[in-house]
Amino acid sequence: MEVVQILSITVSLFIMVTVIELIRRGAFKERYALLWLFSSLVLLIFSIWRNLLDYMARLFGFFYPPSFLFLLGFGFLMLITLHFSMVISNLSEKNKKMAQELGLMKDELEQLKKDKNT
Amino acid sequence: MKILVIVPAYNEAENIQNVIMDLRDNFPLGDIVIINDGSHDGTSHVARSLGVRVIDLPHNLGIGGAVQTGIKYGYIHNYDIAVQFDGDGQHIANEIEKILEQIHQGADMSIGSRFLNATAYAMPFTRKIGSSVFSGVISLICRQKFTDTTSGFRAYGKKAMELFNDYYPEDYPEVEALIVAYKSKLKIKEVPVCMRQREKGESSITALGSVYYMIKVLLAIFVGTLKRRFIIT
Repeated sequence: MEVVQILSITVSLFIMVTVIELIRRGAFKERYALLWLFSSLVLLIFSIWRNLLDYMARLFGFFYPPSFLFLLGFGFLMLITLHFSMVISNLSEKNKKMAQELGLMKDELEQLKKDKNT
Repeated sequence: MKILVIVPAYNEAENIQNVIMDLRDNFPLGDIVIINDGSHDGTSHVARSLGVRVIDLPHNLGIGGAVQTGIKYGYIHNYDIAVQFDGDGQHIANEIEKILEQIHQGADMSIGSRFLNATAYAMPFTRKIGSSVFSGVISLICRQKFTDTTSGFRAYGKKAMELFNDYYPEDYPEVEALIVAYKSKLKIKEVPVCMRQREKGESSITALGSVYYMIKVLLAIFVGTLKRRFIIT
């Protein structure tokens, strides 16, 4: 077994174990972990199954098969960050709506109190 | 006819009293609502002590979020027209009639422009360039001539209030709102108005900073044109 293969197996195993451990601790919700789990699983499969990696790499014209692994990893990271951008945008929109509703409701409450006192 | 004056204010404790006095003296037929955008300098307290209605936002949303809160307020309380009037003392209450006039004549949204009638409004050179670039781009996109796209002195009719109640842009709201309005086929009119020069403090934007700002706004404009249509019925 080549050093590069041992390294990539170690790294993808490490990511996978970390993700599973974080889910177990409740550090993040499962739905945000799905992409991470899937990515590390695919990376692990490609790291272990050398023939598959060689085949895929040749298919896409890579001279050095492990660089296909890098592309995969890079692609997953892109997907994950894209997903995060979407989640953050969604959250900030909800946060804005909530703040506006809160402001309007406080005003309504104040008026109600005033009307009650007069 | 119910008219609401929305005054977005962020840390304007020093100016808000003058703004309220100006509005009361020179535009008494409008109800004032101050949108306190998470200030931490007593803006809300000053305004409340003058007996004005204040909506306190729990944290700073930025000018877009604050203005939209005012529009939502106007929409809920069934106002016919909403006027957007800055809390920093830049706008002049006596000029409100001019932008209202357009709404009375059937426009859905009207904008007070500093540049429409070469009024003497001194501006740093870099900002002048930026301003005319935005105007050029927006005029091209909307196929209608605009001279002051960053003006926050505006009036909204019912239809515009309905639209912006649903969606109002956040990052560079004045410029982007024009595109949203255009895409929703609102009738937009510009009118010449006078504004006060900023009294306290020079604008801190440097030449390089304003170039960066320009690029950001242009990007926001193009992203805005990509967005799906906003259709109201």
